[in-house]
Amino acid sequence: MIGTIKRNSLQILTHIGAWIPLVVGLWDLFQGNLGPDPIRETTLRTGKTALTLLMLSLATTPLNTLFKFKQALKVRRPLGVYSFMYASIHFAIFIGVDYFFNFEQIVDALFEKRYAIVGLSAGLILLPLAITSTKGWQRRMKKNWKRLHRFAYAAGALAVIHYIWLVKQGVWEPWIWAGVLSLLFLLRLPQVKRVASDVSRRVSLVFR
Amino acid sequence: MKKIDPSEITPEHLYLSRREFIKGLGIVTASAAVLAACNGKLPEEYAKQLGASTPTIGAPPVPPGSTTDELGDPLNSYEDITSYNNYYEFTTDKLEVAELAKDFITSPWEVKVGGLVKEPKTYSIDDLRNFEIEERIYRLRCVEAWSMVIPWMGFPLHKLLEEVEPKSNAKYVRFETAYDPDQMPGIEKYPWYNWPYVEGLRLDEAMNDLAILATGIYGKDLLPQNGAPVRLAVPWKYGFKSIKSIVKIDLVEDMPKSLWMTAAPREYGFYANVNPEVNHPRWSQATERRIGELGRRDTLMFNGYEEEVAYLYEGMNLRANI
Repeated sequence: MIGTIKRNSLQILTHIGAWIPLVVGLWDLFQGNLGPDPIRETTLRTGKTALTLLMLSLATTPLNTLFKFKQALKVRRPLGVYSFMYASIHFAIFIGVDYFFNFEQIVDALFEKRYAIVGLSAGLILLPLAITSTKGWQRRMKKNWKRLHRFAYAAGALAVIHYIWLVKQGVWEPWIWAGVLSLLFLLRLPQVKRVASDVSRRVSLVFR
Repeated sequence: MKKIDPSEITPEHLYLSRREFIKGLGIVTASAAVLAACNGKLPEEYAKQLGASTPTIGAPPVPPGSTTDELGDPLNSYEDITSYNNYYEFTTDKLEVAELAKDFITSPWEVKVGGLVKEPKTYSIDDLRNFEIEERIYRLRCVEAWSMVIPWMGFPLHKLLEEVEPKSNAKYVRFETAYDPDQMPGIEKYPWYNWPYVEGLRLDEAMNDLAILATGIYGKDLLPQNGAPVRLAVPWKYGFKSIKSIVKIDLVEDMPKSLWMTAAPREYGFYANVNPEVNHPRWSQATERRIGELGRRDTLMFNGYEEEVAYLYEGMNLRANI
């Protein structure tokens, strides 16, 4: 019974938490709190939110395998889908507001700004993952579903490169995400996974 | 709707101003000829001569008190200009600079002008305000591909340089920003930058009438976030060239190395002229967002000041000299 409530509360927390950036963003937009360049500000905010949610989604599997935190698996899907939602808003602002549907300029931007093409690739990877995120697709695709959804790591890597390439020299925030992603990736390697779960088991035994 | 390239349209006032410009052209050509004859050297005689003949050349013909630049584009609001700033000595967050810089002490303030000059001089901020202050409405194009139109108050840099009399071996002007870690939290927060902030101009660029030392915006004294009490404004170059809160100006023989040239030598060169044809290594410079507008506008060569400054770069490879 307690387990049910706990699981539900993590899911509820995820759903509420995932909408907060959007609600706050819209509030700030209508209050005029986004500064002189709201286009840049909303682009940055939606991009950072998409990246954060994607990383959280990627973190759920190791949280379960290493710490037996099963509830985490329940929020992997919503975290991924919300990440895609923010990535879509991010892309829509780029096309519709930043470049105001000026496709000549957009094409130039995509070919001349390597961070833009990399960001677009990350979004294009997330698209089929979001579409096939339902239980039905998971059932139909069987083993292939898992294979396909491993591409979430590729999307994460491209998103981090996108971020690294767009900041100026001396801005380290994207490198923190690069470190987080590397760690998540390392934790999935079989050898590392074995050692890490061994360590975490011993630690949990000590504290028991 | 077919898009009309803004460069195809010549607003009437600009058209008229071009006529004015052509009148001045003779003098520019003469100056350029002197420059060529000097073979790159800039003796003080030349500086004086240029100084004596420049005041009316090149200044964008916008009457004081205009609400637009000479291309007809409206000024950005005082609010926009004072709340969206790149000033890494305080923070890299453009929206936070104003708050973090609000107590920055700008009076008393001294600017030491020296190096290869005959008459080194230390100017107080009041000395600088004693120069004839005029309004200059300039576009500011940031290397990050956004821009604003700003009504600066200031005076041409050449007026100051004429007072200190550059020696014949002076070829560049080196500027330095205040270095005060107690008041500027960014200096310790971002220790990987080569503080203090340094920028430079070639002497002939510095002598161009468009290059001003600005002390105000919209008729008011500069606020710290905009580089109070005195900063450079060189509108044909990316914004980071327009160094803020200047404490030192030196005439030097060798090309100064700016903070950005040290931080990212492959990405930033000495010249940093606005050029839609030459991209930043990681992004296009073909378009920009004017703060306050939807969509993007095409970036203009030399930020729209081609007629005033192109002569400075004649025969230079602008792809190699970024």
